[in-house]
Amino acid sequence: MLSLSVRQISRKLQDGVIVPSDVCTACLYQAEKLKKLNIFVRLTKEVAEHQAKESDVRYTNGNVRSLLDGIPVAVKDNYCTRNIETTCSSRMLESFKPPYNATVVQKLQDAGAVLLGKCNMDEFAMGSGTVDSIHGPTKNIWQSGEKYTLLRNVGERATSVEQVQGCNSTHGSKMVYQELHHLSSHSNKEGSSSPSEEGDWFIAGGSSGGSAVAVASGAVFAALGSDTGGSTRNPAAYCGVVGLKPSYGLLSRHGLIPLVNSMDVPGILTRTVDDAATLLNILAGHDLLDSTTVQDSFIPLDLSQDIDISRIRIGIPKEYNCPGMSDEVMETWSGVADILERAGAEVVQVSMPHTPSSIACYSVLNQCEVASNMARYDGIEFGLRTAENRSTEELYASTRSQGFNETVRGRILAGNYFLLQRNYPHYFLQALKVRRLIAQDFTHAWSSGIDVLLTPTTLTDAPRYSQFISRDNREQCASQDYCTQPANMAGNN
Amino acid sequence: MHRLWKHNIFLEKFWFLQQNARSLNSKIPPTPIVKPIEENKLPPRTKIDQKTIDLLERLSLVDFANKKGIERLEDAIRFADQIRVIDTTGVEPMISVLEDRTLYLHDDIVTDGNCRKEVMSNAALTEESYFVAPQGNIPLIPRDSLLTEDENLDQK
Repeated sequence: MLSLSVRQISRKLQDGVIVPSDVCTACLYQAEKLKKLNIFVRLTKEVAEHQAKESDVRYTNGNVRSLLDGIPVAVKDNYCTRNIETTCSSRMLESFKPPYNATVVQKLQDAGAVLLGKCNMDEFAMGSGTVDSIHGPTKNIWQSGEKYTLLRNVGERATSVEQVQGCNSTHGSKMVYQELHHLSSHSNKEGSSSPSEEGDWFIAGGSSGGSAVAVASGAVFAALGSDTGGSTRNPAAYCGVVGLKPSYGLLSRHGLIPLVNSMDVPGILTRTVDDAATLLNILAGHDLLDSTTVQDSFIPLDLSQDIDISRIRIGIPKEYNCPGMSDEVMETWSGVADILERAGAEVVQVSMPHTPSSIACYSVLNQCEVASNMARYDGIEFGLRTAENRSTEELYASTRSQGFNETVRGRILAGNYFLLQRNYPHYFLQALKVRRLIAQDFTHAWSSGIDVLLTPTTLTDAPRYSQFISRDNREQCASQDYCTQPANMAGNN
Repeated sequence: MHRLWKHNIFLEKFWFLQQNARSLNSKIPPTPIVKPIEENKLPPRTKIDQKTIDLLERLSLVDFANKKGIERLEDAIRFADQIRVIDTTGVEPMISVLEDRTLYLHDDIVTDGNCRKEVMSNAALTEESYFVAPQGNIPLIPRDSLLTEDENLDQK
């Protein structure tokens, strides 16, 4: 039951085959069973059970709120949840209890979803591994020693045009699910012994690693992450689930503790593309409380229509082959291009010439905005406060030194360096200009008739923890985010 | 004999890679186009001096903690130097991706408030209905320079 999609479990609930309380119990059990993966900062058991009971009543009375009614979900721990600790995996907010819900959390609640828990993340969403958290790192479920059953498709794995085009979303997603399972078991066959014996494990990716593993493990049916430079797409790739970064301004950021105001978006993690569309339809739309949301009325997505693939033009940006990209990623990239071509789409190579400098530009803008955003943590109105009382400066300095880890402090210092008067034009202003060049790369692609850009998400599959921590957070982000952050700079999904 | 064997292995590897490159879809670039920028094209590597350390610590109100923190900053600056060699003549800075849209304004009517309890609920220290802070305008006490820090001090 826990591997079903949202649509499938919703069907069962509608038909009365199961009730929300039973689904909730099963998910809580699964979450407890997988405690060693450290997915959740906090399981909100009482809240979940209460919400599930309320949903039971709604199903009995026939006033179901949405497709998501009664379905357990999880949110990353940087979303404000009323009276539930929201820590951002940092000492600074370890006991912070927001008195309000983030808009997207409220929307999930209004849709009837059941909040199972808050997911682990990198501290303040700074990182690409979910290893820098005060709650400890999150482990990828794949090759963690947990047993799983492969779902096999009825019939051969689809390679021909007809099967791909003709499949409905459920069938298609099962195929994807199986292929991703296949990839993991394939690397297992390469002779590496069970990681629990070696004491090493594979990272979940970050910074929304907890949310991704929550979905991949079946503990929840969907989860919220956030995406600033790839933080939803990276763990989705490493955990084999669907990660959607909506366009900037589509979903409200009210209540999402900010990292980079001009690039942050809430991210959606699900097991199928269809589910991601379901979640998007519930969460999108203008919010009075977030002035950066667009005012256009949102037209809900409908994926049930058959798409005429021959009318779609797919662009392959040549600059996305970056040093360090594994053969497997290259082959997959090529394989997907083949599938689409055989299905009738036009696949062309395009150039996005400013891609190689995008990550350096992103690092400057990220650090500068962080320096500004983190200024609010002074210990006075909320958050950690040390006993220092010689002066406000001493209090701020000591609180912030204790509250922030090295990565956060490093980014604040770097950001303030780039914002110094003597550096401002050469780094910050220059980065803003390069950002326009990067955004223009995308605009040129769209205006030359390209409908979809096909690129890899990460350079390799999930690395081992020991390998990942051999380079520090700053170095890792500088290479892991290569393929994902240009989209954040340009605002696209 | 050894040289010949090595040469054969090289040819075999070369052929194998070519095979793999040939099996990729023709639109996928088989090798990375991206080349790292040569060191001599970049401005000289920035060395952080004590004055800058003090300034940054005062502005940021966080500390570098140790020498490694300074090296990390120098690495971050080096990484950022890549953008300095890009020609941006005539390019306007892009502050927001939504720059072509008008920001939403709402009427000047009070729609929120009267929630002092919630607003103060997370403050560690309060007095009646005030937040409490120590005295301001007192400069930070200067510390020992991190630039002369020993390896031994690191391990303390």
